[in-house]
Amino acid sequence: MLSKGFKELLGVELLFSIQILSGDNKVFGKLEGEIDAFTAPKLRAELESIEIVQGIDIVLDFKNVSYMDSAGLGIIVAFYKKVVKGNGKLKLVNLSNKLNRLFEITGLNKLINIEINKKVDL
Amino acid sequence: MGDFDYVELKIPAKPEYVRVVRLSISGLANRIGFLYDDIEDIKIAVSEAVTNVVQHAYKNDEGDIVIGCALYKGKLEIMVADRGTGFDFQKIKSNIGPYSNFENVPQLREGGLGLYLMNALMDEVKMCNENGFIILMTKYVKQAQVEANVERIST
Repeated sequence: MLSKGFKELLGVELLFSIQILSGDNKVFGKLEGEIDAFTAPKLRAELESIEIVQGIDIVLDFKNVSYMDSAGLGIIVAFYKKVVKGNGKLKLVNLSNKLNRLFEITGLNKLINIEINKKVDL
Repeated sequence: MGDFDYVELKIPAKPEYVRVVRLSISGLANRIGFLYDDIEDIKIAVSEAVTNVVQHAYKNDEGDIVIGCALYKGKLEIMVADRGTGFDFQKIKSNIGPYSNFENVPQLREGGLGLYLMNALMDEVKMCNENGFIILMTKYVKQAQVEANVERIST
């Protein structure tokens, strides 16, 4: 009983969310929270729901992402492949220094268009 | 013996507990004087280790993971162990590494970054696959930090 209640209190919904706005061949996704093995399936499902059409311009905003590890990176890579295959564009914006470092260490910054947060990262 | 404090966590091998481990380790790392950037590195490395065990060690989602932390003056050792079936480390190892410019987009791997990140973020990473799978990771507190915090650590 107790463990069931605990799971409900700290469910995926409270740990990670994504808001997707779209129109005029542009998509803006605002991510918020932590992306790890627990919340990654939600990120994958939400990104998969975006229909990739010729020339689509997608921006994902990481400003409010406080944590991400390889579970999230793998999903971003899969989504990037899908967008490129569909002749679209993907840009990641407002990455904190610590998130950007993950993309640097893995070499993904050389492939994916990334803008880091211009503010001082505390 | 006696030159370190030992803290152990035992969690169900489920993805919802990876965060709990990460937050606990963050507190321990802070306690022995690691600064923000290094604590972030340790959080990611330990999450990768635990996630690996969650995803590979138990086929039927049943079992526990033990995370042992040895807190020394100036270093933190973290051991992540399953208590059951190990996974094929060599097979996984052959599929890890950073992305390079030479990889073209359709061939980009979507997994295999976890072990690579652990190696990149910690000072030492060792693995053992006898009687279950164990990952042992070490991170040293940078010298300037040790000196600045030495009084607090010794209390």
